[in-house]
Amino acid sequence: MSGAVPWNEARAREIIDAHLSLEGPALPILHALHDEFGCVPEAATPILADALNVSRAEMHGVITFYHDFNREPHGRHTLKICRAESCQSMGAETMARDFLARLKLDWGQTTPDGALTVEPVYCLGLCSHSPSAMYDGEPIGRVDSATLDELAQEAKCA
Amino acid sequence: MTRIFVPRDMAAIAMGAKKLLAAIENEAAARGETIEIVRNGSRGMLWLEPLIEVETPAGRVGYGPAKASDVASLFDACFLSGGAHPLCVGKVEEHPFFARQRRVTFQRCGAIDPVSYEHYVAHGGYKGLDRAFAIGPAATIKEIADSGLRGRGGAGFPTGIKWKTVADCAGPKKYVVVNADEGDSGTFADRMIMEGDPFSLIEGMTICAFAVGADKGYVYLRSEYPIAAEIFDEALAAARAAGALGKNVRGSGLAFDIELRIGAGAYVCGEETSLLESLEGKRGIVRAKPPLPAHEGLFGKPTVVNNVLSMATAPMILADGGAAYAAYGMGRSRGTIPLQIAGNVKYPGLCEVPFGLKLGEIVNDIGGGTRSGRPVKAVQVGGPLGAYVPVSLFDTPFDYEAYTKVDSLIGHGGLVVFDDTTDMSWMARFGMEFCAIESCGKCTPCRIGSTRGVETIDKIRRGENVDANIALLEDLCETMKFGSLCALGGFAPYPVLSALRHFPEDFRKPALEAAAE
Repeated sequence: MSGAVPWNEARAREIIDAHLSLEGPALPILHALHDEFGCVPEAATPILADALNVSRAEMHGVITFYHDFNREPHGRHTLKICRAESCQSMGAETMARDFLARLKLDWGQTTPDGALTVEPVYCLGLCSHSPSAMYDGEPIGRVDSATLDELAQEAKCA
Repeated sequence: MTRIFVPRDMAAIAMGAKKLLAAIENEAAARGETIEIVRNGSRGMLWLEPLIEVETPAGRVGYGPAKASDVASLFDACFLSGGAHPLCVGKVEEHPFFARQRRVTFQRCGAIDPVSYEHYVAHGGYKGLDRAFAIGPAATIKEIADSGLRGRGGAGFPTGIKWKTVADCAGPKKYVVVNADEGDSGTFADRMIMEGDPFSLIEGMTICAFAVGADKGYVYLRSEYPIAAEIFDEALAAARAAGALGKNVRGSGLAFDIELRIGAGAYVCGEETSLLESLEGKRGIVRAKPPLPAHEGLFGKPTVVNNVLSMATAPMILADGGAAYAAYGMGRSRGTIPLQIAGNVKYPGLCEVPFGLKLGEIVNDIGGGTRSGRPVKAVQVGGPLGAYVPVSLFDTPFDYEAYTKVDSLIGHGGLVVFDDTTDMSWMARFGMEFCAIESCGKCTPCRIGSTRGVETIDKIRRGENVDANIALLEDLCETMKFGSLCALGGFAPYPVLSALRHFPEDFRKPALEAAAE
C-alpha cells in the first residue's frame, strides 16, 4: 500500500502496453495498475476499455466484479482479518467486531488519519492457525485482540 | 557443513519463520558455525510450525514449534548434531503422525527444496512424464482412468474421462488449466503443494498436455496466496532453465509452457466456468453447461480444468501405474485424500490417507479433539458449502458416496472443527451471508435467495414467527439447491439445512437471549 504512487496516465499506458501480448490480459493489467497506484481509479476505465477493445460499461463491470480492485486509494496500511468458518471456530468474529468497534470503523473503512484500512478476507489458507490475518501482505497466525491493537498502533506510527 | 531446513510455507511464516531464520543465521555467524539453509515446504504437522529440521547421519531431526527466542538454546543444546532439547520431536519421518498416512500426492512435500529441479528429480520426479512419453498419449489416459482418480476440487468427476474427452476433440489449440483458487475455509492442500512441491504440479500438467495434445497451461491461483505465487514462479523459471518446459520438453519434442495467473478475490472463480471467464479477462460469471469446458473451454477451445491435487497426483500414477493408486481407498473413492484438519482442533494438519477413515478417527485420533478442550459440537466438512456434521455421524467413512448419503459432501477434503460454544444459527446465517457476498449474480436463486436467506434467519434468530420462517427457509434452500446454476448457490443450503436438522435447539432460543447478542 505505502509504495503506491499518484495516478499518472502516461505511466498507466506504459503498464497496459507491456501486458497486451498476453492472452486475456485484463486481470494481469489490473493487478499491475493496482500495485503501482494502490487502486484502479475511474480515470483508468476509458483507457483500459480502449486498449482492450471493449465498452466502458464492460470494463467497469470487470473492475468492479473483483474484491481486490479498489477504486480509490486505501489507507497507508491494510489489515485483512479472516472471517471464514475456521477462524470463526476460534472466535474471530467477536474479536474482529470488538476491534472494529474500538477503532470506530466498519469493514472496508479507513481510520480518519488515513493510516489503516481494515478489510474482511474469506480464508487465507491459514486455517491450522486460526484466527488469522494479513498485514500489508504479511501473514499472521493465532491472532488475538492484543496483536490487532499492536498492528493498529504500528500503522499509526509508520 | 550441516544442512538445516526452515519452512517457507505460508503457515510457518505466519507463525514467525522469517524471524526464526534470521535468528538462526545470526547465531550461526556469531558462533562460527557453517550451515546450509534449505527453505522447504511443510510436512503437514502444522501445530509444530515453524518446524526446523536438521540433517544428521541418522536422519532428519525436528525441532518445533520454534521461535526466534529459542535459537540460542537450540545452539547450546547442539541441535546441529541432533542434540536433546525440549522442542525436539525426534526423527521427523518416524513421527507417529505419519504412521497411518499413505503419502502419494504429498510424498515429497516438506522433504525437498521446492524450487530445485535437481532435488525433485533426485526424489523420483519426472519418472511419470518419462513413462508417459514411452507409452504414448492413449495409454497415459488409460493409466489415469485405471487409477480411479476423481477431481479433488470437490465435484469428484473422473479425471480420466475428462482427459479423454479433451484428447478426442479436434485440435490444434487446446489448453490445460489448473484451478488453484482454493477458497474453501479449512483447506490449504493446494497451497501446500504449490509451496512445498510445485514441480509435481508442473510435471502433472505436462503429462496432461502430452496426453490431450495441449501446448499451453495456466494456473489460476488466488491472490490470498502470495507466497505460493512467489515459489511457483521460481519453480517455473527453474523448470524452463532445465528444459522441462518450453519448445522441447526434456528433449521429447513436446512444446509446452505454463503461465501463472493471479485471481482477484472472488470466491466464485473457483467454479471452473467462472474461472475460465476470469482468465479471459471478463467478470467471473458462471457459464451455463453445456457446452462443457472439455469441448469449449478457455477462449472456446477444448480445455482440461483440474484441481491442483488431481494434477499433482498424475506423476505418481504414471510412474507406479494406475493399479497401484487404485489399490488404496474404498468403493468408488479410489486412492488417497489429503485431509486438512483445521479450526478448533488440537493438532491441525495435513494428513494424506486412503479413503474410508471414519470422521471420529480423523477428528479425535489424528486431530486430538478441540484446542479449547471443550466437547466437539460439529465438524464442517468440505468448506463453506459443506454440511455441519454432528458427533452422532462420526462413524461416517470418508468417501464421496457415503457423504452424499448423509446429505453432505467431502469437497476438497477440508474439515473445520467447532466446539460446543458455537451457535449454529449464526453459522447458518454466515453461510447465507457468504453466498450473498460472493454470488456472481447470474442466476436468481443464488443472487436473491442468499439475501432472503440471511433476512429469514435473522427473523428466526429474533424469535419472529419461528415455525413459519423455518418452513420458509427450508423451502428457499430447496429452490436454491435445485434452481442454481453452479455449486455456490446449489450447495450453500447444505450448511444451513444441516445446522437446522442437527441443531434445531439453536434456532429456537428465547427471543430475548437472541436479541441480546
